[in-house]
Amino acid sequence: MRRFFLIAIPYAWLTLLFLVPFFIVLKIALSDYALSIPPYTPKLDIGGSWMALKDFFAALDFENFVFLTTDDLYWKAYLSSLKIATISTLLTLAVGYPIAYAMAQAPDEWRPTLMMLIILPFWTSFLIRVYAWMGILSKEGFLNQFLLWTGIISEPLTIINTNTAVYIGIVYTYLPFMILPIYAALEKLDASLLEAAEDLGCSRFQAFWLVTIPLSKNGIIAGSFLVFIPALGEFVIPSLLGGSKTLMIGKILWEEFFSNRDWPVASAVAVVLLLILIIPIVLFQRNQQKQAEAEQ
Amino acid sequence: MRRFSWFNATSLTLGFAFLYVPMIILIIYSFNASKLVTVWAGFSTKWYGELMQNEAFLDAAWVTIKVAVISSSIATVLGTMAAIVLVRAGRFHGRTLFSGMIYAPLVMPEVITGLSLLLLFIGIGMDRGIVTITLAHATFSMCYVSVVVSSRLISFDRSLEEAALDLGCSQFEAFRLVTLPIIAPAVISGWLLAFTLSLDDLVIASFTSGPSATTLPIKIYSAVRLGVSPEINALSTIMIAIVTFGVITASLVSKRNAVNRQREEQAAARMT
Amino acid sequence: MAETVFAPWDDSNAKPLIQFKNVTKRFGEFTAIDDLSIDIFEQEFFALLGPSGCGKTTLMRLLAGFETPTSGEILLAGENIVPVPPNKRAVNMMFQSYALFPHLDITENIAFGLKRDKMPKPDIDARVEEMLALTRLTQFARRKPHQISGGQRQRVALARSLAKAPKLLLLDEPLGALDKKLRQDTQFELMDIQEKTGTTFVIVTHDQEEAMTVASRVAVMDEGRIVQVATPDAIYETPNSIYVADFIGDVNIFEGHASAAADGYDIAWGEGQKPLHAKTSVENLDGKQCYLAIRPEKVSISAQKPENVGNAVLGKIHDIAYLGNISTYYVGLPDGKIVKAQTANTRRISRRSFTWEDDVWLSWTDTAGVVLGR
Ligand SMILES: Nc1ncnc2c1ncn2[C@@H]1O[C@H](COP(=O)(O)OP(=O)(O)O)[C@@H](O)[C@H]1O
Ligand SMILES: [Mg+2]
Repeated sequence: MRRFFLIAIPYAWLTLLFLVPFFIVLKIALSDYALSIPPYTPKLDIGGSWMALKDFFAALDFENFVFLTTDDLYWKAYLSSLKIATISTLLTLAVGYPIAYAMAQAPDEWRPTLMMLIILPFWTSFLIRVYAWMGILSKEGFLNQFLLWTGIISEPLTIINTNTAVYIGIVYTYLPFMILPIYAALEKLDASLLEAAEDLGCSRFQAFWLVTIPLSKNGIIAGSFLVFIPALGEFVIPSLLGGSKTLMIGKILWEEFFSNRDWPVASAVAVVLLLILIIPIVLFQRNQQKQAEAEQ
Repeated sequence: MRRFSWFNATSLTLGFAFLYVPMIILIIYSFNASKLVTVWAGFSTKWYGELMQNEAFLDAAWVTIKVAVISSSIATVLGTMAAIVLVRAGRFHGRTLFSGMIYAPLVMPEVITGLSLLLLFIGIGMDRGIVTITLAHATFSMCYVSVVVSSRLISFDRSLEEAALDLGCSQFEAFRLVTLPIIAPAVISGWLLAFTLSLDDLVIASFTSGPSATTLPIKIYSAVRLGVSPEINALSTIMIAIVTFGVITASLVSKRNAVNRQREEQAAARMT
Repeated sequence: MAETVFAPWDDSNAKPLIQFKNVTKRFGEFTAIDDLSIDIFEQEFFALLGPSGCGKTTLMRLLAGFETPTSGEILLAGENIVPVPPNKRAVNMMFQSYALFPHLDITENIAFGLKRDKMPKPDIDARVEEMLALTRLTQFARRKPHQISGGQRQRVALARSLAKAPKLLLLDEPLGALDKKLRQDTQFELMDIQEKTGTTFVIVTHDQEEAMTVASRVAVMDEGRIVQVATPDAIYETPNSIYVADFIGDVNIFEGHASAAADGYDIAWGEGQKPLHAKTSVENLDGKQCYLAIRPEKVSISAQKPENVGNAVLGKIHDIAYLGNISTYYVGLPDGKIVKAQTANTRRISRRSFTWEDDVWLSWTDTAGVVLGR
């Protein structure tokens, strides 16, 4: 009996507040836009007759999805989201790997502190961390002031409201997600393996390339997915740092919903975004499972 | 001996500079007397004073804290239950769906979670406000709690529970007297995580809030969309200070505990 | 008057405390306990001995109530306890990992089971005191488990499981985590406590020396079955199979063909070798395949062929293992078989009479070996 409630309560909660809403999105994605409240037809009348239900299903169609393919904006936004997520994942890896590597090499007594310094921003408000860059990247911002002062540039650069600013924002906010799994993998790496490799004739660089990198592969993969997946659906960063030309699907969805009030199209955008996300999510799951099995 | 080369030192210095300089600039300029955020005009705490006068911000902060406390408490209870189900309940009908529903929200883009919950609340005719935000936050953060707690439960030594049963506990007593006190740190971390996620959330709150309730992130977002403002700098500084204080305290406490424990274990090993 | 020997298993009137009746336990396809029946008597110190994975822990868990038999009955004082849940059984278990509650101190750990019985507070305190004294832990009463040493932890686990005065105490490899010296001391302590409390102990071990030291009877297990149950000396001197002979101590095994002879059998074993003679009461082996098992310490080694000995074979010393108190000689026979012979080192090593490659005679009496059918 206790077991029943133990399972039933969280199960019911998640079904009601996660699964059912998800099907509602799917349903609305298949509905038509209408100037009413709520702004779509048909509406499902739960108490309705069998005929009403049949009519309801008959009225559903893929119009909104067809619409997504006809309007350039959408598929460009999907492609551009994929591009931005991919590039920023690679940038995060490039920035994060040396930090994780240095942390793993650092003396034992420093490590808890370094670890804390990596985790601290993670507990700090995401919004504030993105906001902090607005002041730095703006035309009269600190970065331009600094570069002008050093004489590297003579004209202020336009960084804010471009994709570059979005890349910086993503790298900055998701850096801990990249560093932590790589650090975890590198920390387990036995220093004697590198000595063995050098003993067997590798140069330091070869030892790094042939031993360290392969052994931290799982950390790299995990970190990359942890950055890529949320970056793909990101809203706050493109909205605050990106410009009107920055196309990201999270932003489109938001605008479609709040500005255009076109719920059916917003829902269709969400469904397609999820379909795109399924591939990296499944790959990520596989990687995690393989790793868990390897550790057993 | 590990080699700690200049290369490593440079990586760490640049890396941490990248992570911290933006926040430090933000903090410094929150004490700027000028309204112009990029021009230094002397030290002043006037923005803090103005912040304290700003009813809208204070109201929003109050709503945010209420939502965070309630939603993270609900999330902790539900998430701990879910973790026990995942780790202990064995097979049951719909187990795959259950674990899917626990993990999916972790990777679901916030815009989708927010949109779907909003459509649900409208569908059932629920007025949007504190209640709906709380429900939404409890739902996604319970999944985080359950991940934190279940990873602790997996490494939990089952023989401790069996020993409790052997000594006469019922299943429930064994959980209450043995399992729960031992996994308590993980449950508390889960609560803190849920609390922070709720404090921090903009997107889901924007979808699920109504005119009657605005949270602090929503307020901040609508303010900063118009550009950098010294008042927001002051607010950010306060928030950063609270988090920093919390994290540093927590890590010092846990470090001290670990050191004490290690010392005691070494003493015990010498004793024989 | 002569002291009566404690041997309820030889008394047909004695009622066993524990009875396994054809108990089988399967995990899916895998049979962990296979149609097993044993009787364990009150006040016994019963040892389960067997290689890792043979089902010892499973047997204990069946007794404690953490596993239910697939078929068969388990009786405690004549009552079937299979349907009784673990928290209602008058059986306590000391876990292999000790399973001390890390959030409770030593006193609270020991009192844990007593509190579940709703014992009045003064009685609990008195009982805890008694247990602390019995296990010499009084001065550590307020420490947490991580603040005491391995040996002390083991004693806390023992005190905790004894506190409820169970009819039966199960100990799963109780000394497995201790180093050798501490283990030996603790073995005697365990025997002492068992005697003082009069509790029936069932102990699991994979260390045969430990089983022989502590137990009143030893059961040797293999693949979910019990191969032999007997007192330690009987199991050493008269094993019922080469499995047991080999598992307990060191042994030389000659495989051969039996033919009945005076009081026993002649065993034809090697080409061109005189048959070995062994006296035994084992019947029905005439004309069959059989094994002769001889302990190394029962094999004598000499330079000249000894007179008037039942059996003697010639060999060459292949290797010598000097173990301090004894030496083991590995003697190669002409067919390549290696036979071990042990002698006590009563003299200084420099006076040792044999060395590598010496030709020596190995000899033993007609009654030294055990004839086994399997
Ligand atoms: N819960 C279980 N599920 C499946 N197999 C089990 C389980 N418990 C024990 N076994 C199997 O039963 C066999 C006997 O295990 P165990 O009783 O622990 O052996 P021992 O204690 O003698 O080393 C082992 O092969 C083990 O893998
Ligand atoms: Mg075992």
